Amino acid sequence: MSAIDTDSNSNSNSDMNSNSHNKTNEWWIFAVFFSIIIIANAILLGSGSLKWGWSGVGIMMAAAFTIGLYSFLYQDNPLFKMAEHFYVGIATAYLIIVTWYSVILTDIIYALRDLWSQPFSSTIFWQMMAIILPTMIGLLVYTRLVPSISWLSRITFAVIIGFGSGLAIPNAINAYILEQLKPSMMPLWTSAGGIAWGALVIFFGVITTLVYFFFSLEHKGVIGKTAKIGIWFLMISFGASFGYTVMARFSLLIERINFLFRDWIPLING
Amino acid sequence: MNFFKKRLPLLLAFFTGWLAVILDYIPHQNGEALMTTITKGLIIIGAVTAFMGIYGLLGHHYLKMKRKNEGWAYSLLVWAGFFIMMLFGIYNNGEWILKPQAEVGGVSWIYEYIFNPCQATMFSMLAFFIASAAYRTFRAKSIEAGILLVAAIIVMIGQVPVGILISERLPDISQWLLDYPNLAVKRAIFFGIALGGVSTSLRIIFGIERAYLGGE
Repeated sequence: MSAIDTDSNSNSNSDMNSNSHNKTNEWWIFAVFFSIIIIANAILLGSGSLKWGWSGVGIMMAAAFTIGLYSFLYQDNPLFKMAEHFYVGIATAYLIIVTWYSVILTDIIYALRDLWSQPFSSTIFWQMMAIILPTMIGLLVYTRLVPSISWLSRITFAVIIGFGSGLAIPNAINAYILEQLKPSMMPLWTSAGGIAWGALVIFFGVITTLVYFFFSLEHKGVIGKTAKIGIWFLMISFGASFGYTVMARFSLLIERINFLFRDWIPLING
Repeated sequence: MNFFKKRLPLLLAFFTGWLAVILDYIPHQNGEALMTTITKGLIIIGAVTAFMGIYGLLGHHYLKMKRKNEGWAYSLLVWAGFFIMMLFGIYNNGEWILKPQAEVGGVSWIYEYIFNPCQATMFSMLAFFIASAAYRTFRAKSIEAGILLVAAIIVMIGQVPVGILISERLPDISQWLLDYPNLAVKRAIFFGIALGGVSTSLRIIFGIERAYLGGE
């Protein structure tokens, strides 16, 4: 046996040992976590803080999932993976359920049934076609499962992407250019003769930021100084957006902490 | 056959693309009615194709389980979560799948006590990551970095009650930063987004951008 074979064998042996060690650890983590959760819930039920029933069991489940997911803050671990994977499964099924009841059942099955029950006419025919045609186009995507005819799925993509692109053109022009231009060019002086500081800041902010993003001219001289002011505006905006996002996330965190220490373990009153 | 495989999708994208543009600029009731019908058709296409994504996700986890890849037991949990939720969805509180969705029952219970808490927890965890990223990167090494730092601190403190204790004007300054300099920059960025979006859309409609055809 060569030296390389001996090395690979010893490596695979150490990998197997490491894997079995990890699995043992995973089982220990699960055992300790579920024991703590069961004991905590038993105490809460015994003390009357939690009521036995669908709502009570729901709170226990929500608490277990919340703690499981927060365990990632220490490091990636089996509890997080368990909660995350289960959540992914549930979220996927929820998407299917919502799609089924709100679109497929309502807009296809019920709509076709209602049209079918009416006397046949050209209007009814075209209304039925308006449902059947997109359904057929949508179903073409499943031809990807049969390699010999998978090219048919391109028709679905072409329709969705083509129409979406066409729709994006007037929408982008309206929402992101025309609707933004007017409020960016408000009078810089008030009717009383004073300076409208808000309008001034917005006007110069827009101009200087656009100059910064205009790379066809070298950023030197007046253009360079204007672009520099544009960078300052960008930094203020990034800082403000960052601060706003942080606070929004913290409000969610406060809500989860409130749930754990008020709804589950009643440590916070009020 | 080459026509159907390559040219037909490009022609369809060209035709549907221009149809959407033209319909948007026709202020006629027939045009608006057609636009509504097509938009509803797109929703139907989206709903019908959604199941393909589920097939992909579940197929991926099935292969992991079949091959006993590392962490295959977690893939089992994806399937378990999916089927438990689907069972309640199909049962529909005793009404089954051909009746409108029940407002109460297993689905709403799982949504309220598992889906919602998990979603809120996942999003709230970003607070920690953002805070740790800020701790590592927020160093006022230059004027620009200093401006960003000051703006972030003002907005963060201005949004909480302690801001008023520091200065009564802090919440107003925070709101002013969001309403004026921040808005000005957003508008300038919107112009860029619009120009980029329009040019990308035109590339798709004219068949220059063909990535959606699978790279051919």
